[in-house]
Amino acid sequence: MSKRRVVVTGLGMVTPVGNDVKTSWDNIVNGKSGIAAIEHFDVSAYNTRFGGSIRDLDVAAYMPAKDARKMDTFIQYGMVAAIQAITDSGLEVTEQNADRIGCAIGSGIGGVGFIEKNHNALLASGPRKISPFFVPGCIINMIAGNLSIKYGLKGPNIAITTACTTGTHSIGSAARMIAYGDADAMVAGGAEMSSTPLGLGGFSAARALSTRNDSPQTASRPWDKDRDGFVLSDGAGVLVLEEYEHAKKRGATIYAELSGFGMSGDAHHMTSPPPDGAGAAASMRNAINDAGINVEDLHYINAHGTSTPAGDVAESKAVEAVMGAAAKQVAVSSTKSMIGHLLGAAGAVEAIFSVLAIRDQVAPPTINLDNPDEGCHLNYVPHTAQSIKIDHALSNSFGFGGTNGSLLFSKIQ
Amino acid sequence: MSSIEERVKKIVAEQLGVKEDEVQTSASFVEDLGADSLDTVELVMALEEEFETEIPDEEAEQITTVQLAIDYINKNLD
Repeated sequence: MSKRRVVVTGLGMVTPVGNDVKTSWDNIVNGKSGIAAIEHFDVSAYNTRFGGSIRDLDVAAYMPAKDARKMDTFIQYGMVAAIQAITDSGLEVTEQNADRIGCAIGSGIGGVGFIEKNHNALLASGPRKISPFFVPGCIINMIAGNLSIKYGLKGPNIAITTACTTGTHSIGSAARMIAYGDADAMVAGGAEMSSTPLGLGGFSAARALSTRNDSPQTASRPWDKDRDGFVLSDGAGVLVLEEYEHAKKRGATIYAELSGFGMSGDAHHMTSPPPDGAGAAASMRNAINDAGINVEDLHYINAHGTSTPAGDVAESKAVEAVMGAAAKQVAVSSTKSMIGHLLGAAGAVEAIFSVLAIRDQVAPPTINLDNPDEGCHLNYVPHTAQSIKIDHALSNSFGFGGTNGSLLFSKIQ
Repeated sequence: MSSIEERVKKIVAEQLGVKEDEVQTSASFVEDLGADSLDTVELVMALEEEFETEIPDEEAEQITTVQLAIDYINKNLD
C-alpha cells in the first residue's frame, strides 16, 4: 500500500508572545521574549517566580462563558487554538465528510488547576462541594471531546499524553491516521496550563526551572554557558492536517507537507537524557528515513532546546551524529528562548513555527545565546533570524520518561 | 436586600448562561433553559451557597423549575 500524502492546511495558536499565529510568529521572527513575572497567583514563596503566561486572551470571543466555566484553562487554550486552525483551513464539516474528520489533541499535565480548586473545596467543606464538572473539566481528552461536539467531528478522537512530546506525538499519530486511511483530515496538537501553585511547585522541586528571577526575559538561554533550567509556560498549538488530494480538490491553502515522523525511547532515566543523545538521534533519524530525504537537504531544525544543562548538549550531539558533515550547514534554533517551555503544547507550537519557517524561508533566532557552551558547535541562529533556503525542516520534542518524537515538514512539491 | 425570587433568578441566569430577564418563574431548567443533568447539580450547589443551606439529594432532584426552587427556599428558610 502506498502511503497517502499529508499536508498542513490550517494553523492556530495561543502563546506567551501572542494570542494568534500572526502575532506570535511576528514576535518570534523578531526575537521578542514573552517571559515575565507570574501574576495570576501569589508566587512570593517560590524559588522561580516567572514564566510564560497567556495574557489578555478573550476566551468569550470563542465560546459562551457558560461553556468556558466548565473547562480547565488548558482546555480553553486548546479550544481557542483549534477554532483558529479550523477557521484558517476553511474546512467545512458536513454530513458527508464528518466521519472522515477527527481530532488528536493532548496535554502533558492536564487540568491541574481544576484539580487544585476541587481538592481545596473538598478539604474546606467536604465532598458535597466537589463540582459535577470536576472530572470532565480536567481530563486530558476533553479538548478533543469538546471540539468534536462543537464541530460534529465523527472521525478518530484521541488524546495522547507523553509529557513534553505530547504535541509532536499527537501530530505525527494524526498524520499516520490520514496516511493509513482512517481519516481524510485531522485537527491535531497540544495544550497546557500548568503554571499553577502545584504545577510550578512540582517543576521547581524537581530543580528543572531557571531561577533567574531578576531577569526573566534572559532566563531561557538554550546552549548558553549560563543557562540554568527551563522556563515554565502556558498555551496551545493546533494544526489541521489533511490528505493531499483532499486538500487540493477543495482549493485549500497548503502550508507544507508533513513528510516524516519518527519516535524513540531513551530507556535511561526519569528526567535526564543519555549524555550522547542516542534517543534523540534515533527519533530524528526515523523521521528523516520516513520522509526519505538526504540529510544534506535538511536546512532547519527547531530544536527541543529547553535551556537545561544536560538536554541542550545531548541534542547538539544527536544532531551531529545524525547529520555528519551536514551538521555544519544546518540552522538549529530554539524558539523556547522566547516563549519558554509549553510542555505538552511545545511540539505543536514548534511544529507551526517550522511550517512557517518553510513558508517564509527564514530560521527564527535563539535569543540570549551570548556564549555557546562547550560541546555546542552548531549554527544556533543566535540573536537574529536568518533568511535561508529551507526545503525541509525538522521539529524535535523530548519528554520526561525518555519519550522522543520528531516531525519533518517539507516545502510542497 | 433582594427578594428570594430575585436572588434565585440571578443565580439561575449566571449558572445557565441566560439573561436574567429571560428567566421566567415558570421556566424548567432542562426544557426551557437548556440545562443538562450536570448543570442542574451545579445549580443546586450554587443555591446552597447563596442561601447557606444544604439541600438533600432527594429534595434537589425535585427542584426542576425556577418556581420550585423559590418554593423550596421559602419553605426551608424562615
